[in-house]
Amino acid sequence: MSDQHPQGHGHGGTAHPHGAPLSDVQLRVKALESLLTEKGLVDPAALDELIETYESRVGPRNGARVVARAWVDPEFKRRLLADATEAIAGMGYIGRQGEDMVVLENTPRVHNLVVCTLCSCYPWPVLGLPPVWYKSAPYRSRAVIDPRGVLREFGLELPEEVEVRVWDSTAELRYLVLPERPPGTEGMSEEELAALITRDAMIGTAKVQPPARARREARG
Amino acid sequence: MTPPERPDPRTLADLPAIPRDDEGPVFREPWEAQAFAMAVKLHEAGCFTWREWADRLAQEIRAARERGDPDPGTTYYRHWLAALERLVAEKGLVGGEELARRKAEWESAARETPPGRPIELRREG
Repeated sequence: MSDQHPQGHGHGGTAHPHGAPLSDVQLRVKALESLLTEKGLVDPAALDELIETYESRVGPRNGARVVARAWVDPEFKRRLLADATEAIAGMGYIGRQGEDMVVLENTPRVHNLVVCTLCSCYPWPVLGLPPVWYKSAPYRSRAVIDPRGVLREFGLELPEEVEVRVWDSTAELRYLVLPERPPGTEGMSEEELAALITRDAMIGTAKVQPPARARREARG
Repeated sequence: MTPPERPDPRTLADLPAIPRDDEGPVFREPWEAQAFAMAVKLHEAGCFTWREWADRLAQEIRAARERGDPDPGTTYYRHWLAALERLVAEKGLVGGEELARRKAEWESAARETPPGRPIELRREG
């Protein structure tokens, strides 16, 4: 009997020309997946579909739409800050792990920064999967002990009078930063605003930059 | 946060720098995606709670750092896979011995497969 298993599923199969065709981790993943499949605990097609979803369909754009709506709709913003889980679910972005969402509003006086010191809990439904640096030990440890230094590394220098608040995510509680709406964006549509909002701004390692055109107009 | 017990000078030099990326692909290799999806699907099937999962993952990451892994974020799915193997064994879903046997089978199947051909697992029926 030959055991069916997925080959590739569109991630670009790796060529193994030499003596050790599969790495240790590849073998372990194949072993686990084939056993779980035989026991009826996972379905390879469902795994592929989930991967496809996270690789190409979910990403920081969901979060950007949430933020843009909060910028243009005060009633939505009020609901978002009062009960983010419900307000975000209302836009169709629902957590798979039953986690609660909390939205943290940046102001001229307070800057919020999100980390997960233990592993890398992250608001998947709105931001997709975390970037490498979010998962790294240096970020996980230094965001707490030296948040201003971390922000400087990301190119964000905050005035002394701005209070930096660091939020440690957990399996049950995930945070999304509501960045400040940049100047020069008056009159922009929700969609145009969403295009300005970056993943890093919603983690708190960046601010949302004004659009280049708006900057030119402000200078001229 | 405590640094590793016996810091390698190179590790120390690496530590302050936060690896950066440009919103690139979320998985570096296909196996990372497979490991990710298995944990999510097993949780959805009710095999374990997300709290249990997050605890095991945090344990693996902590243990790796204690062994001296600078943990630059690129080894994250290695820890993820180790946590998953441990949790499915604890839950009685897939035992460690069973897993080791199957891994050896895949290894010999891979060795016997000419380059460019799909690797198939052949077992006595």
